[in-house]
Amino acid sequence: MGSYILRRLLQSIVVVIGVTMVSFLALQAGGDPTYLFVSERASLEEIEATRRALGFDRPLHEQYLSFVGDLVRGDFGQSLSYRQPAMEIVLEALPATIELTLFAMAIALLLAIPLGVLAAIHRGTAWDGSITTMAMFGQSIPSFWLGIMMILFFGLYLRWLPISGQVPFLIPLMEGDFGTALGNLPRTILHLILPGIAVGTYSLARNTRLVRSSLLEVLEQDYVRTARSKGLPEMRVLVHHALRNAWLPVVTIVGLEFGFLLGGVVVVETVFSYPGIGRLLFAAINQRDIPLVQAGVILLAGIFILLNLLVDLIYVRLDPRMKLAEGRG
Amino acid sequence: MNDQLAQEIVTKDHRETEFRRELRRAVRVMIEARWPVLALVILLATAIAAAFGPALAPFDPNRQNLILRLADPMSSGPDGSVFWLGSDVLGRDVLTRLLYGARVSLLVGIAAIAVGGTIGIVAGLLSGYFGGWVDDVIMRLGDIQLAFPFILLAIMFLVVLGSGIWNLILVLGVGQWVTYARIVRADTLSLREKEFVEAARALGDSTTSIIFRTILPNILAPLTVIASFNVASVILSEAALSFLGLGVPPSVPTWGSMLAESRDTLVANKWWLAVFPGVAIVLTVLSFNILGDWLRDFLDPRLRERT
Repeated sequence: MGSYILRRLLQSIVVVIGVTMVSFLALQAGGDPTYLFVSERASLEEIEATRRALGFDRPLHEQYLSFVGDLVRGDFGQSLSYRQPAMEIVLEALPATIELTLFAMAIALLLAIPLGVLAAIHRGTAWDGSITTMAMFGQSIPSFWLGIMMILFFGLYLRWLPISGQVPFLIPLMEGDFGTALGNLPRTILHLILPGIAVGTYSLARNTRLVRSSLLEVLEQDYVRTARSKGLPEMRVLVHHALRNAWLPVVTIVGLEFGFLLGGVVVVETVFSYPGIGRLLFAAINQRDIPLVQAGVILLAGIFILLNLLVDLIYVRLDPRMKLAEGRG
Repeated sequence: MNDQLAQEIVTKDHRETEFRRELRRAVRVMIEARWPVLALVILLATAIAAAFGPALAPFDPNRQNLILRLADPMSSGPDGSVFWLGSDVLGRDVLTRLLYGARVSLLVGIAAIAVGGTIGIVAGLLSGYFGGWVDDVIMRLGDIQLAFPFILLAIMFLVVLGSGIWNLILVLGVGQWVTYARIVRADTLSLREKEFVEAARALGDSTTSIIFRTILPNILAPLTVIASFNVASVILSEAALSFLGLGVPPSVPTWGSMLAESRDTLVANKWWLAVFPGVAIVLTVLSFNILGDWLRDFLDPRLRERT
């Protein structure tokens, strides 16, 4: 098992190097990046001076090494539009994005499991039919359009829920101000409902189908038949025999889910004017603030890689077969 | 010589009846499931809109009419022309722009799969057939790419390369290759040791011929299922990127960019600007998803039991 973890760690490091290369090359792919850093009216001398100052006149591999060196020291460059360290700005927006992603993930998982189980045990009935049909729709609706529709209906027509903004919960919590955090919580959740549903629906639909098919597969196994023929109550068969084994594909999805949801967050935050990394990235894209885009993307990718690693390590613990295979090997 | 010819004709005949039989089965599975028929009709309509949009559309997609701005659906102008689905903030006809938008969605969706599928299939074949370091390099590249939330990668490159339909196709296509490569690799690995591949090798066929003429035709079928689902998700990504302003230039109407424009008039309750393009996206994506399901059922009835 140790060798597996070591291998997995090494692999993550390779991936991190890959991510830094991609974001480094992204800056270079559009031609001389110097022009992003100077005003349109800059003279040739100014451009040349900036190029030297930022090191864009050096060979690519040297530039890459110093880029990585800066990253390691925590220097992600200056945002062009804010004139502040890019990472600081991104980190300020991170808690809001994490709140939204976790909320969406809760929707995507907590609802998917009962819905998937319901569809599987009532296979072929109207329950199954309507759940799978809804899941099919859920996988075909663009998150941002769902957001717009909900703004129209629940926000503007029924006036039930707020359609924009955010109330911080994690920030006061991290600052140790529990009173404010708890006081904010109801309004935090109120502001999260619509964007959370918009971000989470696709995953909810996919997970429901996954839970359903995974459980159906397990229910056909011999050990389930054995358990049933022993006369065990159906509920016990389901929980102790079937669900335990249907878990694994679900665990794998959870980690991948977070990254996927982060991607959806970028678009949905824009729809709801939700002050997270997504909206920040959107603004940075429009202003061609490449260092800010880089910092945002590297941070999100870093979180994603870390979670993937964690999921794989949890997987080893959950699946006894993997331990056995490692033990023999 | 004659014998060989006769043999060829017999095999061809046999193949044809087999093809017809499969086709009949495909149609039967489709009609039994009902939904795929509807999906096919929707996709045909979308394809017709894409192909003949200019002929079908009542207006020029970029013709502005500042007097008839934000006209309600079904309202008509003084010259008797009807805005079936209303007009937008510049007085452009929504129906016309929807019809033109079908072009971008379908073109980008299908072209991106062609790009991604080709790269993925070649990479998967090489990876599975040669193994060793070739396999290692290709698969690790895939891991790196999948470690990056795709939409972030797309954003990064489109920001720098600039938006435009070809860049969009390229980025969305490259985003898909890993899926194909992994499946093709697994299939190639198992086929590599099969007798008919051994036979081709013993007959002295070149490696290229073995890979592309012996192995490839035997692994294509399951890929069509993936491709169908993939077109659906690429169309969703395209809409999202267009929505963010990273799609095709603003003069080309797309469903995603129409939705982006609709946000400004949302509070004024100009709902038609937001509803119709979204419905177009959902119907198209849903149809590809349903067709994917149908293809999977058709190609592997056993899967149906489980999913």
